[in-house]
Formats: sequence, structure tokens, C-alpha cells
Amino acid sequence: MASKLTTSNRAGWAFALPGFGLILMFIVIPFFFAFYLSLTNQRLISPNPTEFVGFSNYDRLLSISVLSIEPEVDGGGSVLRNDAGELKYPRVRTFTRNNPAYPQYSGMREWFRLHWGDTAKVVVAKDVVFWKSLRNTLMFVLVVAPVQAGLALCLSLLVNQKLRGINIYRAIYFMPVVVSIVVVSLLFRFIYDGNDGLLNNILGFLSFGLFEGRDWLGNPDTALGAVKAMSIWQAVGFHMVIWLSGLQTISPTLYEASSIEGASKWQTFRYITWPGLRNTAVLVIIVITMQAFALFAQIDVMTNGGPLDSTTTLVFQAVERGYGKQDISGASAISVVLFLVVLTISMAQRYITRTR
Amino acid sequence: MAAINQDNYGLRLVMRYTVLTLIAVVFIFPVLFMAMSSLKPDLQLLRDTSSLRAFLPVGDISLDNYYDAFRRAPIGLFVFNSMLVTGCTVLLSLFFCSLAAFSFTYLNWKGRDLALTIIIATLIIPFETIAIPLLLFVSKLPWIGLEGIEIGWLDSYHVQIVPWIADGLTVFLFVQYFKDLPGELIEACRVEGASWWQIYCKVVMPLSGPVIATAAILKFLVMYNQYLWPLIVVQQETYRPVLVGLQYFFQLNITWGEIMAYLTIVTAPVLGFYLVLQRAFIASIASTGVK
Amino acid sequence: MRLGMKLTAALAVSVSWVSIAAAETELSMWYHGAGNEAESTALNMIIEDFNASQSEYRVSVESFPQESYNDSVVAAALAGNLPDILDVDGPVMPNWAWAGYLQPLKIDDSAIEGFLSGPLGYWDDQLYSVGFWDAAVAMVSRQSTLDSLGLRKPTVDNPWTGEEFMSALEAAKASGNFDYAFDLGMPWTGEWYPYAFSPFLQSFGGDIVDRSTYATAEGALNGDAAIAFGDWWQSLFADGYAPGTSQDPADRDTGFIDGKYAFSWNGNWAALGALEAHDDVVFLPAPDFGNGPKIGAASWQFGVSASSENAEGASAFIEFALQDKYLANFSNVTGLIPATASAAALTDNYASGGALEVFFGLSKGQAMVRPVSPGYVVSAKVFEKALADIANGADVADTLDAAVDEINADIERNGGYGH
Repeated sequence: MASKLTTSNRAGWAFALPGFGLILMFIVIPFFFAFYLSLTNQRLISPNPTEFVGFSNYDRLLSISVLSIEPEVDGGGSVLRNDAGELKYPRVRTFTRNNPAYPQYSGMREWFRLHWGDTAKVVVAKDVVFWKSLRNTLMFVLVVAPVQAGLALCLSLLVNQKLRGINIYRAIYFMPVVVSIVVVSLLFRFIYDGNDGLLNNILGFLSFGLFEGRDWLGNPDTALGAVKAMSIWQAVGFHMVIWLSGLQTISPTLYEASSIEGASKWQTFRYITWPGLRNTAVLVIIVITMQAFALFAQIDVMTNGGPLDSTTTLVFQAVERGYGKQDISGASAISVVLFLVVLTISMAQRYITRTR
Repeated sequence: MAAINQDNYGLRLVMRYTVLTLIAVVFIFPVLFMAMSSLKPDLQLLRDTSSLRAFLPVGDISLDNYYDAFRRAPIGLFVFNSMLVTGCTVLLSLFFCSLAAFSFTYLNWKGRDLALTIIIATLIIPFETIAIPLLLFVSKLPWIGLEGIEIGWLDSYHVQIVPWIADGLTVFLFVQYFKDLPGELIEACRVEGASWWQIYCKVVMPLSGPVIATAAILKFLVMYNQYLWPLIVVQQETYRPVLVGLQYFFQLNITWGEIMAYLTIVTAPVLGFYLVLQRAFIASIASTGVK
Repeated sequence: MRLGMKLTAALAVSVSWVSIAAAETELSMWYHGAGNEAESTALNMIIEDFNASQSEYRVSVESFPQESYNDSVVAAALAGNLPDILDVDGPVMPNWAWAGYLQPLKIDDSAIEGFLSGPLGYWDDQLYSVGFWDAAVAMVSRQSTLDSLGLRKPTVDNPWTGEEFMSALEAAKASGNFDYAFDLGMPWTGEWYPYAFSPFLQSFGGDIVDRSTYATAEGALNGDAAIAFGDWWQSLFADGYAPGTSQDPADRDTGFIDGKYAFSWNGNWAALGALEAHDDVVFLPAPDFGNGPKIGAASWQFGVSASSENAEGASAFIEFALQDKYLANFSNVTGLIPATASAAALTDNYASGGALEVFFGLSKGQAMVRPVSPGYVVSAKVFEKALADIANGADVADTLDAAVDEINADIERNGGYGH
């Protein structure tokens, strides 16, 4: 939109300055301070003076490597097998603890292992919980972002009709967003309960007793999925509202024209609605992604990061370390890593959705 | 022909309402649970959670939990604090963020793109990360109050308001919306010699009903449900907002019924705010366009 | 508040123009009892009496909710905004004292004579905090349950051994009358885990950290005794004796009363509720797994902040509050153990023949404070996670090793925490 009519430095600065200035002062600068803290050994409370430690926090956080283990052999050199016929491997802790022959693995723990023939390739890391949270967070975003955006779009199309009382439905679909996350998390704890929870009861009823109750939050395989379902359900109304405000900008004359031409619902959507929603779509996807990366409250109330680190996320770890274990510098390091990860992803998103 | 169309129409209408209602059931049950539970005594409340009774007003119904909740915590004070802080922040935020978004969308100035990128980048920063640095920062800032200049913003309303006035999401919302408004309109106004301020007030903002409502609702939600920030910057009961007050109910012996009553009282303003905005802005904008 | 203080100060100055009486110094105090009517009333009574008993100081209290109290204090400390008197949770006190938030109390030794050891907060050989009460944990059950399962009733002098305890659980499980034999309270994440479960570890012979030096957890948390504890802990869940980390919080609150559980490991703050529900409730001591039966100790205590300019007045208030009648009153309203035997005799529940009298004996005989170290805050969190992971099926030795490594690394990063 650059033209002589719109170039206007003074007005531009004047309009943007208060907003930009506030953001600079209250968000950007504290963030740079947090980044600076990640290069020190700052504690939450401590009488010891803070020292500059460079990147050691990041080293502690990100160190990862691969350890190759050969199976145990007996005196003659042939491999030993246990009763089930599986190969026996020496325990990882013999390599990582008190073993001067392997100093580079000292203090690391096993994350997972792959088998390459007989050799076990064990991925060890200094901070396994961090890597698990990174994985959980990414899995969460990858599933929640498209599903939630898609569902919200469907809902907004549904409530964009001119039916009597449609406002009541809009209000109801929005309700989960309004209710405090504390209530929602508590309620879902009751629903997901393995012993007598509502979900098990309902599923058992619907399947005529074929379905056996499962401990949704207590099982590492299902816990994250349960949290995903709850988060999508809770926030979809939020994004429905955003889609809705975007839908309202599409001129009704376009719809009239298409119905006159006899276009089907799908064609209308594809050629009129969807293009008009471009900017809204970008907004929704970016916002959902940001919010998904910031997943914290539900984990804190429902699962506390468990079971076995299957629901821990990056923000949860940052809070746990910063406020729980008083390690502000470690928490800041996680935050910086999170920032870089999200920055990369959002830059990729902007590249993909840029107007050609 | 007309008769068949009528039939079809009626059937389709019923189907639409059925679908809408089924979906509505899925979404309404937490509020229902909360409201019903607030009427039940604790033991019954907990037992009912394992069945559909959780959503029905059965058993020993009374308003006892509400009386007890009011005795336990100054709920009126908390709601007042939250409404005051939220109201001020929302109004100021709508103004300053839309102003900035206007500038980013329509005006061309040096450093514009860089500033916008920085603002959008702040969307990524979770608040927990900057809470402590921000705390240290505001405890040293000066403030011109009724009694003159004092150092430190703690234990006040402005500490809960000012850092939250401008945020990346609101700016981003407005920018995306403004981009969709017809550019020719703006050009036409400029040609006629309107100042930027006039264009902002008289042309762009009146057309922005939906995004104003959306941004207001989202900001309201964020501010009303704040927990961590007020916890660390407010030490006196007089300034505490609603979610900090919720902690009053988590004693060694947790009183679930009172918690549900408290939450029901506390959720009502948000729902009300949403309904009001919904009617006023979104619903009425059925025929927006280039008039 | 600032306006109020300025007005008060101005008024005080103007009044002193007229009379030569000294102005009252105001002492600010923070307490974690917001929303807790009973405790707040009891505390206010003490404050009113203190204010009325002398004219040099005036105490005014600001209440905070318990759950978030620690966060509020830490934030205020960072901002330089602490009050004169504040209360602090027993095991957290060394951390705050080491950080320089608290100063040693200036009270007479006679005021703390006869106190249980739990409510006395010592760090670096100095008394930093004193509490009005102590909290204890016991195995809650019903006499009818013991009778129907054919079990003897253990006493403080003759508790169950580890084997006896496991056979009791086996009998409860085999009877089929209960959902689970033993309710541990797994939904209560936070300080409950180390408080309630580290005594089991100590009874096996392990500990969260090596208390002779407080410099390492090696051998204490991952030695043979600790691994035996870990295996036992894991078996509780793997063999179906206890509900695990996904236990419904509602079941924790009402499960024992409803008869879902045969035994419940719970604190005496919940005791009154159980007594109301059934008339044959018994409070059994912890089992002895080889190193003596143990339960936790130390609860909230009062201290003086380091930045306070009125340390004498603050200490004077604390000393005033330690009188038996106030300890007894607090115990009556909270149900917790009063700090002295003489105060216990004045209470409803802990005098001889009182319903909760047994807890006093438990506290005296079996209580062991959590590790007294500024590093406790971190080691408690690490221990809590290890417990949850083992309960969920993680490898015992690896989990304990990882916990030890983390605690040791943290101690090192903090220069040994001042030990």
C-alpha cells in the first residue's frame, strides 16, 4: 500500500508508539533479561552471588548422544540369552555412573533404544525429561493445531446460519472457554477416572458392556491423548469466534451471486468462503500453535507431568524448575529453547502461507 | 412444488436444530456440572461425580454452599477488583492496540516491518518466562499517584493493568482484520483530505465491530482469569482478584461445594460480558460491506 | 495501605506533640490462613490480647491463602517487601534462613521449654522459628475391620512389622470387601509426598539425603535400604494393594469413610472428619520396616524477617503467643497436636482420654523431621517425582540413581547450601 498518500512517518510512529512502547517495555525487555539469566547461575532465592556461566545451562539441558552396547557374552564368546530367548545387555547405569572409562556419558540417562542387529544403540541424554517434554509438546501441537482449527471452522460455519436462537447456540459453544481451566481440569479428572469415571461408564453403555474401562490418565499411552481431547474441546469455541468474525467480513452479495448461479455448498465454500478467510486462517493457525506450545495449566492440575513424563511439556518444565526447584537460570534456558523452536515453526508457517 | 419444498424445509430445519443441540450438549456440561455441584453438599457432590447425577439437581439441594462461600472469602471485593482491572485493561488495550494496528496496516514508515515482526514474535513468549524479571522491574518503577511520586508499583491496581495493555495477540487480530477491509475506501478518504486520525475514528473503527468484540472477549478472558501475576505482585487482600481468591478454598480439608459456588458466581460476569458483546457486535453485523 | 501508614505515622507524630507518650510501633505480620476461619479467629485473639497487653507495639495481620503462600513470600522477598513477622513451613525454614529472609529469634529459652521437637525450627544451631502445633500421620482404620480380618491392633510400643503389615494388606485384599486395601493419598501432589512417604523410606533405613554431611544423597537414596523401599513401594501398586497416581481426588476425601479402603494413611487434620463418620475409628502407628517406625513432623512455624527493624517487638509477640492457653485454643480449632504436653492437657482432643490423644504419643515416639537443609526444597521435589515414577512402574534402581544425581548436582551448584 505504499504510495505518496500513505507514507507518513510522524503519524505512523505516533500511532504505533504507545502500543509498541508498552510491549517493548513489559514483554521484550524482560524476555531479554530472562535470556541473560539463562547464561548465569541465577537461583530464585540464594545468598550466593550470581555468576556468569556461559552456556553451561544449555549444555546441561541439551546434551545428547548415542551409546552402543553389545550384548553380554559368556566365557566362550557366544551371546547369552535369558529365559525368554532375548539378548541380555549390561545395564546402562554401569556405563554412566562411576565409570572412568566413559567420561562423556557421565550423568546421562537412557531415553530410548534402537536395535541394530545385536547391538543396542541407546540414546542417552543429560536431561531426559526435557527431551520428553519437547517431544510431547511437538506431538501435542501437531495434533491439536489442525484438528482444533478444523473443528472450529466447522462449528463457525454451522453457527453462521440465520436461524432463530442461533445466538444461544453460539453462547453455549463458547462456554467451555469461559469456564476456568481449573474447573474444566477437575471435571475431566472425574470423567477420565479409571475406576468409575463418566467416560468409562458412557462408553460401556454405548458398547453394551463390550468396552472395558481404561485408566485414561494413569496410563502413559493414553494420558497425552486424553489431555489433547480435553484441550481441543475447551478451546474450540475460542477459535470459532475468531473464524466467525472473519466470516462476517465476506460480503453477502458474493453468496447471493453464487446461489443465483446454482453453486453447491462445497463449491460455495471452496471458491467464496475459503479465499475470504485467508487472513483469518493465518491468524487462527498461528494463535492455536502459540497456545498449544504454551500448554501448562491442564497438566498442572490433571497429571502433574506424569505418568512417567508422558504429559510433561516445555512450559510445565520451565515452571517446575524455576519456581519448584528454584533454578531460574535453568527455567530461562528452557524458555529460550522454546522460543527458538516456536520461532522456527512460525517462520515456516509464514513462509508456507505467504501471499504469492 | 411449494408443498414439497415446505416439507423439506421443515425437516431440514428440525435436523439442523438437532445437530446444533447435540453439539450443544457436549459443550454445556462443565457449566452444568459446576452449577449443579454448587447446590449440593460436599459428600454428595463427590459421590455424584461417577454418574450422570453430576449434572442433575437431585439430592440435597440448597444454597448453603453460597452462604458459606461468602463467609469464607470477600467475594464481592474480589469480583470488584477483577472487573475493575479487566475493564480498564480491555478498554485501554482496544484503543492502543487498534491504533498501532492501524498504523502497521495503512501507514508506511521506517522500521514498520521490523516493529511488527517483533510484536508478533512476542506471541511466542509464555508469561511464566518473564514473570520474575517483570516483577523485579515493576518493583523499581516510579508511579505518580495521589500522594506524589512513589517507587514501586506493587500492591496496586496499576501494576495489574499497565503491563497488560499492549500485547501481540490483540495487535495481530486487528492487523489481520484491517487487512481485509477494502483499501479503496481508505484511499478515497485520503484523497478527500481526511487526516489519519479522522480515518481511524470515523471510518475504520466503526467497521471493526466483529474484531473489536473478538479482541475484547479474548482480552477479558485473559485478564479475568489471571493468577500468577497478581499472586506475585499483590500482597494485600484489598487488591486481590478472583482467581487468587479461589485459593482461599483450598485448605487442608477442601470444600468442593463452596469452590463450585464460588466459581459459579465468578464465571457469571464473563458469560454475561460475552453475551452482551455477541449481540451488540457480531450478531448485528450481518450486512457489513462497502456502503 | 501506604496511605494508611502515612496517616498513622502523621497522626502519631502530631499526637506526640501533645503528649509525651511514645508512639506505638506497628508490626506487620503475614499468615497463611486466608479462607480458614477457625485459624484466623484463633490468631486474631492472640493478636488482640498482645496489643492490649502492652502499648509499645501493635501487630496487624495480612492473610494469605495457604496453597500459594510460599510463592507470595518469595516474590515479596525478591521485591524487598517482607513484613516483620511471617510464618513458614518447617522444612522450608532452613532455605529461607540461608537465603537471608529470616533472622534468629530473640526469645527466652523458658518459653520453649517442654516443646515437642517438631515445632522448633533450628538452623545453624540457632532458633529461627517456633510453631504452635505439630502435625502427625497415622494409619486410619476401623476396629470392625481389624476384627473381621483377624488382625491384632498395633500400638506405639508394639507396632506391626513390615511383614505383618503386608499380610494385613493381603488379608484385606483377599476379603474382597474393599476396592483397595490401602489408601495412600496419591492425588495430593506436593509436600504431602515427601512428608507422608519419606518416613517409610526412613523406616527401611534409607533417607532423602545423607544427614551426616548433607552434601550428597548417594547411599541414602540409592543404597540397598532405599532400593528395598523402592521395590516395596512399587509392589503396593503393581500388586493392587493401593490406588496409584491417577486416583480420583474425590475418593481420597471420602473413600475411607465410604468403606472403599481398609486402611488410609492420613494426617490428623482429617481425623475429626473420620471420627464423625464412624464410631470405631482407630489410629494405628506406622509399621516398622526394620529401622524403627517413623512418621513426619514439623508444620507451620513463626519467624522474624531479616529486614525487619523491630526484631525485639516481633520476637516479643512470638514469645507471647507461645503460652499454653493459646496453644490449646489453636489445637481445638484445627485438630492438630499442641506443641507442649501441658497445653495438650487443656485441649478437648489431646487431654487424657481425648479422641486424638494417641496422636500425641505417635508424634513423641515416632516423629522424624524432614532433612534440615536449605536444599530440602529441591530434594523434596525430586523425591516426589521419583516416588510417582516408581509407583507408575519405572525401574527402581535407575529412578533412584537419577534422583540422587539430580540432588547432588543441585547441592553442588549451590555451594553445599551452607553446611
